[in-house]
Amino acid sequence: MFNSIPQKSDPFPGSAPVPEEKLKKFRRGVKGELPPRPQYKLRDVVIRSEAASDLAQKQNARYDLMLPEDAGFLEGDEDEDTCTISQDDIVDAVDITAGAKYFNLTLSQFGPYRLDYSKTGRHLLLGGRRGHVTCLDWQSKQLMCEMNVMETVNDVKWLHSEALFAVAQKKWLYIYDNKGIELHCIRKFNDVLRMQFLPYHFLLATASATGFLQYLDVSVGKEVVAICTKAGRLDVMAHNPHNAIIHLGHSNGTVTLWTPNQREPLVKMLCHQGGVRSVAVDKTGTYMVTSGMDKKLKVYDIRAYRPLQSYFLPAGASCLSLSQRGLLSAATGDIVQVYRDVWGIPVTKPYMAHRAKGSVWGVHFCPFEDVLGVGHGEGFTSMVVPGAGEPNFDGLDANPYRSAKQRQEWEVKALLEKIQPELIGLDPSQLSQVDHSTWEQRHEDRVQVLGFDPLAKEKFTPRLKTKGRSSSGKVEKRKKQVAHEDQRDVIRQTVEDRMKIDKERKEKEKKKAAAAGQKSALDRFRK
Amino acid sequence: QHLPALTALSPFPEFPYFIHIHAMKVKVLSRNPDDYVRETKLDIQRVPRNYDPSLHPFEVPREYTRALNATKLERVFAKPFLASLDGHRDGVNCMAKHPKSLSTMLSGSCDGEVVWNLTKRECVRTLQAHEGFVRGMVVRFCGTSFFTVGDDKTIKQWKMETPGYGEEEEPLNTILGKSVFTSIDHHQKEGVFVTCGQQVDIWDEQRSSPIRSFSWGVDSFSCVRFNPVETELLASCASDRSIVLYDMREATPLKKVIMNMRSNTLCWNPMEAYNFTCSNEDYNLYTYDMRYLDKPFTVHMDHVSAVLDVDYSPTGKEFVSASFDKTIRIFPKDSGHSREVYHTKRMQHVISIKWSSDNKYILSASDEMNIRLWKANAAEKLGLLAPREKAAVNYSQKLKEKFQHHPQIRRISHHRHLPKSIYSQTKELRVMKEARRRKERNVRKHSKPGSMPVVTEKEKHVVTVVK
Repeated sequence: MFNSIPQKSDPFPGSAPVPEEKLKKFRRGVKGELPPRPQYKLRDVVIRSEAASDLAQKQNARYDLMLPEDAGFLEGDEDEDTCTISQDDIVDAVDITAGAKYFNLTLSQFGPYRLDYSKTGRHLLLGGRRGHVTCLDWQSKQLMCEMNVMETVNDVKWLHSEALFAVAQKKWLYIYDNKGIELHCIRKFNDVLRMQFLPYHFLLATASATGFLQYLDVSVGKEVVAICTKAGRLDVMAHNPHNAIIHLGHSNGTVTLWTPNQREPLVKMLCHQGGVRSVAVDKTGTYMVTSGMDKKLKVYDIRAYRPLQSYFLPAGASCLSLSQRGLLSAATGDIVQVYRDVWGIPVTKPYMAHRAKGSVWGVHFCPFEDVLGVGHGEGFTSMVVPGAGEPNFDGLDANPYRSAKQRQEWEVKALLEKIQPELIGLDPSQLSQVDHSTWEQRHEDRVQVLGFDPLAKEKFTPRLKTKGRSSSGKVEKRKKQVAHEDQRDVIRQTVEDRMKIDKERKEKEKKKAAAAGQKSALDRFRK
Repeated sequence: QHLPALTALSPFPEFPYFIHIHAMKVKVLSRNPDDYVRETKLDIQRVPRNYDPSLHPFEVPREYTRALNATKLERVFAKPFLASLDGHRDGVNCMAKHPKSLSTMLSGSCDGEVVWNLTKRECVRTLQAHEGFVRGMVVRFCGTSFFTVGDDKTIKQWKMETPGYGEEEEPLNTILGKSVFTSIDHHQKEGVFVTCGQQVDIWDEQRSSPIRSFSWGVDSFSCVRFNPVETELLASCASDRSIVLYDMREATPLKKVIMNMRSNTLCWNPMEAYNFTCSNEDYNLYTYDMRYLDKPFTVHMDHVSAVLDVDYSPTGKEFVSASFDKTIRIFPKDSGHSREVYHTKRMQHVISIKWSSDNKYILSASDEMNIRLWKANAAEKLGLLAPREKAAVNYSQKLKEKFQHHPQIRRISHHRHLPKSIYSQTKELRVMKEARRRKERNVRKHSKPGSMPVVTEKEKHVVTVVK
């Protein structure tokens, strides 16, 4: 008779618990209630798909721990303000590759510069007001093209990849190759002042001086819609990356929200007492930051359309940009200030500050890098802002290190899943919700066609029994029995469920008590 | 709230050194390209992943677009017809699957020939089995011999292997009966087979007269089938519009259900022992649970002419039906309408149909002397798929299922081209059904409430159940 070898029991049985904040990050949608018990097939399908979705979210949260890079940070001493730290100090303190990200391009001849970074953050496009247009790989300082278009340049924008860009020139809209070859001159788009590119829809939205908001589908080259906004000159434009809605700021202090499916704005918000100078929306589509002629900087929650914060800047902010990690850059004159977490607790001082060489004409954070690009009257400055960029990119979406083959594959896949402009709306997940109104309409039509409601329960008429067993009292009693039957079913079900939950809870508590009660002094010697 | 003015930066660019020295902790994102770019051209590319939902906006519209593309591509690649096996010199009447070999199939035609067909798509062996129609054939469960019945009132048993050179094609056994036999089926495990004609006879292979005969006042039976799971049970279709259930161990039939019109054939579900589907003359198929014969489990409506044959897929989830209206339809087992319809200009009335045992192919035999081989999933790529191909196929399939109820996707996935005659016949039948329903509704509306009970569609087709 042998004693069995004592098996070591796992002190932490089951799989590792996932921290709740990480799970919250990956939670999507709201769990609705299950369909009623008679619809057993639908209920089964819903339970299974919710279980699969939960598993996927948990696995995502677990994988989140293994991401390779960490975000940047800048922490001063106890009594030191981080806004007094200059760019040169930071460059001295970090390694040489990071230090090379702070540089100045002195281009004082061709006017104040507007800029755009491509979606991967690798390529930079600069457009000077007096016609100088250049695109380069700013990390390796390799020039891709440089030209002078001999006209006023209002705005420049990269299209879906680093192969094409759009330049809004004095009269019309021009599309160029990254070698500087003019590909298209689109005369339908005239007097364009500002442009925004919606990457997943392949739409270039342009705001013109004549008050027209036009959408151009760059994959097929067709104008989708030209909306007459009737709001005068449109020179303040931003787009919400979460739902592809265009935000336009007007001189009467309102910000309007537009989709290509409607001729009227979806939402009109009165934001400032003077004109609106700049608008920026964060990448999750929760917060909108606006600055106005009344020298105020306001933060709104655009899911609920509520104002959150309001700050007073002594000189107002002419350009705003939000980074991927929520840093806000506001430029006034030739000073650029960066604020951290403007929508949480009210901010009292900037995170960082820098004086540019000329008056600032455009600011843009570089995606996936801790860099802020500033276009000003004397050229371009790239400044280092620790903690601005998202440290871990997704290789299948925007990969700064992609090869030509990877770019081609990505481009084909992106074109195949190009979203049609009809699906742009305030809630991008509207397609996943049940269309109750259509179902009700269809049900009404079916009732009309059939002449009776197929889902309605038939009225219970008790059978007449003989020998005096069918007195009115007895008939009423029988009717009440049937009427309470389905209530009884529901009650029985809930009671069963509740008993099961109680039993499980008791077992869990018992187990916990058993585990806790086994404390002894010899625990320290246990392996 | 006031924000303080900017603290002074050094206004003297020639003196870059400040008076105060900053003791700060700073980290700037700088990635090592070696971690993100592959080392040599022979490696695969590195693809770091971040599943953060804020990096992947528009999840639902992008998935919807992918589902739409997948549905459209399914229609583009839906080419189910594979091959036509010809060789018969008269209309093909019946077929039999080999239980052990996927590549062998037998077919019997109307001039008494029984033709082997290897699905290398060629005929392997021909033998003259009967004078007159070959009414039914079945392969024995061991796969070494097969039985045929024909219009010359005989049951013949033949060897499966081709006779050697110089040998005559002779049946192993011939049994002469009193009347024409219309169908034959073999037991799954024992050496017992059943035929039907004027009555249902159970035969032992060693005897030359039936060990038991069942009859229930009917003068002809059209089809008899053994239950593949509960191997002692059988069912038969009789000419008095009924389906009769038998147990081999009992002396009398169990029960029968009488319907409005006659059933041509029936097929048991190979996965669910108690369900069978019968193909009826009133253009429908009925799936019954044999325990509750008072109303069918499901009524499958889509054909526009009499349904002649039905066969289940080996998974038991779907079945295929052959109809007099020159089409083949594939139905899911619990759905009232077909998911797929196959037709060809050259295919005339389809008499017999079989679903191959590997769940991939459908064989249809029609009265223009051809047997056609079709794919069970019209858009499926046959052959070995690479793992990435399989993953892509699974992903597309799941996407199509997820978005199947959206109107645009439903419209595309349900779209099938139909021959003009069938399309117009379908519309006509719908108008007729609508008219009948309207008349019933009006009668109900204008008569005393409760005097005209609502009869559901399922109950309408069954007349009575007799024990």
